[in-house]
Amino acid sequence: MISFDFAYYRPDTLEEAIDCFQRLTKKNQKVIYYGGGTEIISMARAESIQFDAVIDLKWIPECTTLKLDQDNYIIGSMNSLTTIAEAGYFPLLCKTITRIADHTTQGKITIGGNLKSTIIYREATLPLMVTNCKIKIMTAKGLLTLPFPQIWNGQLDLQPEEFLVQIVINIDDINLPYVHAKRTKMDRIDYPLITLVGNKKNQFIQAAISGASNNPLLLDSEILNSSLSNEDKIRSIIDQIDHSLMSDIQGSKEYRKFVLSNMMSQMFAKLKDK
Amino acid sequence: MISYIGKSIIDLHVNDETVSVMVNPSDTLLHVLRNQLLLTGAKKGCENGDCGSCTVLIDGWPVKACLMLAVEADECSITTIEGLKDLEIQKAFIENWGFQCGYCTSGFLMVCYALSRIHPEADEYTIEQWLQSNLCRCTGYSEIKAAIHSILNK
Repeated sequence: MISFDFAYYRPDTLEEAIDCFQRLTKKNQKVIYYGGGTEIISMARAESIQFDAVIDLKWIPECTTLKLDQDNYIIGSMNSLTTIAEAGYFPLLCKTITRIADHTTQGKITIGGNLKSTIIYREATLPLMVTNCKIKIMTAKGLLTLPFPQIWNGQLDLQPEEFLVQIVINIDDINLPYVHAKRTKMDRIDYPLITLVGNKKNQFIQAAISGASNNPLLLDSEILNSSLSNEDKIRSIIDQIDHSLMSDIQGSKEYRKFVLSNMMSQMFAKLKDK
Repeated sequence: MISYIGKSIIDLHVNDETVSVMVNPSDTLLHVLRNQLLLTGAKKGCENGDCGSCTVLIDGWPVKACLMLAVEADECSITTIEGLKDLEIQKAFIENWGFQCGYCTSGFLMVCYALSRIHPEADEYTIEQWLQSNLCRCTGYSEIKAAIHSILNK
């Protein structure tokens, strides 16, 4: 049970949502946007966070769009991981999100919630980091479309009143040859020791990892695609990210390096002839 | 825009009945089902979304009721274990000894029932994926798997 009370708002439009946020904030209320609610409810119950109001975005039509057209795959931020996986488009994204939490909980976690998560893993971002995609966000000045790298620095870089509306992925990127690997400490359902995703477009490999540091990391594509041997590429990548690798209950820094080396080696092998 | 501030009356559609309940926005669906509607079949286990003993169906899909606010559910069709009667999956659990202490059983039944309706031709990988959402401390997993296997792919 959550030990404190709060107000619940359910806007029907993007403008209603941001107006509500600004109105409540002006009254010095602590307001947060509410997606699936799994993280908010867990943390509120544990008294890790406290707030005066939540604004539930799940009833806003633009936030629940799921559409494949001739140019793009458009994913509303409030689609649950299960909805996206059941749609089946963008196999790398489907594979990644079906390894987040467990199957039942995937029906509640939204992709927008995972991207904005305060927990460091944000695994749903990994396929977006290796594709050509744009992000639509709702701001005080209206809807804004930005390239994903511009708004991502390990976390979504948004102002407090802003929220993610849609992810727009170039259709040329959703069926690329890909690799997904997730290593956990013990159980299949767990936070990652390391999750690695990679894809290959026109012989160009991109890869990103989660679980190794405080934020998901995009691996240096210059090194990945250089003329170095695979062993040297792996060594260079690990040297480059060494300072950000962490030791925690999931595993030590040295163990993460060992696991990542093996995962990258397997990635190169799998993508070699694709 | 709908808003719930302080105690509010909402309508919940539970097991094909519409009931009015007075809730705080902070009340979880699990709390309301058990304490206000006296539908105690959904169990309070971890209250953290890990064990699955609180699983109910929302619009036919399994949801952990401890991770849902009651006010979120006011336009949904909710099915609890009390809404399942004499179904094939329930008989399968009995015939295959799919329970010991019974605490996890309602949660597993909800997941298995949803699986049998949404993926009646589920393969082994899909069955494993769905069942991994629930924990059984009595470790009766083999029997539970046997029960779901007995009704799928017929």
